[in-house]
Amino acid sequence: MDEKMPLIRIERRQDISKTSVWMIRIMAFVLALVIGSIIFMICDVSPIEAYKTIVIGAFGKATGIRQTVKIMVPLLGTALALAPCFKMKYWNIGAEGQITMGAVGAAFFAINFYDKMPRSILLITMGLSGMLFGALWSFIPSFFKAKYNTNETLFTLMLNYIAIGIVAWLQGGPWEGKQGSQIVPNFNKAAVLPKVWGLHCGWIIVILLVVFMYIYLNYTKHGYEIAVLGDSENTARYAGMDVFKVIVRTAMISGAISGLVGFMLASGQNQTIYADIAANNGFTAITVAWLSQLDPFAMVLISLLLAGLSKGSSSLKTAMGVPGSISNIITGIILLCLLGCEFFINYRLIIRKKEEHHD
Amino acid sequence: MIDLVSIIKAAVLNGTPLLFGTSGEILTQKSGNMNLGVEGLMFMGGSFGLAGAYIYSNMAGNNAKGYMAIIIALACAFIAGVIGALIFSFLTVSLKANQNVTGLALTIFGTGVGQFVGEIMRIRIGGNVTIPNNLKNAFVEPVMPLFLRKIPVIGEVLFSYNIFVYLGIVMVVIMSYFLHKTRKGLNLRAVGESAATADAAGINVSLYRYLATCIGGGISAVGGMVYIMTISGCVWNYSALSGEGWIAVALVIFCFWKPLNALFGSILFGALLILYLKVPLAFLPTQIYKILPYVATIIVLIFVSMKQKKKNQPPQGLGVNYFREDR
Repeated sequence: MDEKMPLIRIERRQDISKTSVWMIRIMAFVLALVIGSIIFMICDVSPIEAYKTIVIGAFGKATGIRQTVKIMVPLLGTALALAPCFKMKYWNIGAEGQITMGAVGAAFFAINFYDKMPRSILLITMGLSGMLFGALWSFIPSFFKAKYNTNETLFTLMLNYIAIGIVAWLQGGPWEGKQGSQIVPNFNKAAVLPKVWGLHCGWIIVILLVVFMYIYLNYTKHGYEIAVLGDSENTARYAGMDVFKVIVRTAMISGAISGLVGFMLASGQNQTIYADIAANNGFTAITVAWLSQLDPFAMVLISLLLAGLSKGSSSLKTAMGVPGSISNIITGIILLCLLGCEFFINYRLIIRKKEEHHD
Repeated sequence: MIDLVSIIKAAVLNGTPLLFGTSGEILTQKSGNMNLGVEGLMFMGGSFGLAGAYIYSNMAGNNAKGYMAIIIALACAFIAGVIGALIFSFLTVSLKANQNVTGLALTIFGTGVGQFVGEIMRIRIGGNVTIPNNLKNAFVEPVMPLFLRKIPVIGEVLFSYNIFVYLGIVMVVIMSYFLHKTRKGLNLRAVGESAATADAAGINVSLYRYLATCIGGGISAVGGMVYIMTISGCVWNYSALSGEGWIAVALVIFCFWKPLNALFGSILFGALLILYLKVPLAFLPTQIYKILPYVATIIVLIFVSMKQKKKNQPPQGLGVNYFREDR
């Protein structure tokens, strides 16, 4: 036989047990921590001490846990928002802008109507308005995607910066507090989300969202349509689905949830609005959603991990004088390792053996 | 009275980092890889370029030569970009990870590394890191001979720039020639349009994607270095640099994936970036002014998809990984 098999070839795996999937992931995570320790050594910090400080900082005390959950809430909420889009293979990377516009929708009522309606009505109106703004911001690219097949990745990306620009303008213009301050004054108390266990009640909303998204994706007609369309547009058409409607509807639902996150960020977390209010949640959430393979419960775990890392790194900064940007580096390494390990879940490496003869 | 000459000059200077960022990404996307990590690559290029020039100036002391500082900064930035892009291509080409997500992870990683290098230099040295004035001047001084610069108006508009402007022009001309006039360029475009077809024609898809992505990443990273060393005055400036990479991605679309268009596109976007300083319009707030590049990109994007004109389309296989057995 003349034709030689390559030394290493790859083959798609047909089935793999849940335990081996998680074993591969844990190994990738450990690898990321090992690579990360090089960074600590550059800073003359013992990696073990550093990781200990991160874990204790993030989960050691009640205040730390509260901070971690506070960082986790918008991240998880946004990852949930993105899940239906990604399942449809609609690459919405515009959550950042949809969050920002949601915050605008909420802030509009917080600033103009705080004394004109009772508190509960005001908060509900703010939430709904945030959802509406987020949905409309997401409607724009989805309409063009469905109608003209305009590239949604690039379209939604551009809309992020336009939304941020709009808030920057509001901040320095119509909604500016003290002349020249470039700051929107804090909302009236009536427009601030109430606290439950020392944390704005956004976390309850997010827990409800986890359950909602799980049911929506797995047990509803909408979820089924999204899954079919994601697998093959032709199949969806052949089955008589209205592809245009499904794309636009899914994108708007996603935008609405991102908008709700924007409402929580404005009303609960910051009690005001500013250009960077989305704080990269829209981008980081994409990686969260992808790494959890669109499973809402896995998203809880992964967003908790990243939030803990972010909180822990800020303790690390105060305790050991390490630059705060180290959190981004470690997060990046973990994400890259976890992304890489998916390969070993989906494919199998086959190394050529000597006795492998086919003739 | 609007001073047109000074606007053009400022537009070119502000457009140069974009020119590098964009043309690097064009090369990458032509291979079918959509690397959304440009922002991270430009951060890495900026910080490593500055660090390289700084270390050189410390080591050489009074003997430091301007041209050596430029070469070292260029090399450091380029290598940093290649390493970043290598991570991306290893994950997407060899390990077949999703390109959008990998690009975003690379942005998180790269901005972290860039900021980390900037911060750690500040902490170690205690103050803003910068290089001596004679080296600084080497990065910004005009390189064309005096008699050309003396020509009224034309001298100002065409010959008054620093070395990176001309380097950028030469680079895009070479890239354009490579993509459209050479065999290898044709192969590369074939890989981007349809990897399966290219594979059947005997082209090594993985090799082309690796090379295009790594060289493209290096070029993009040089853009970050140019920003830090010319516009930001050889001082690490996190907030000023942020967003440049995303504008460069926008510009790729705006230019229909053609390097020569990037030349004019980057000057236009450079103008849009600084126009609010030069030509304030009473009815247009500066913040709205600043979103014009993005609005322009969206309009082009919609227009392109509605027209469906063949030569202005993105590469067919953009963002799609290739696995031979999936055909």
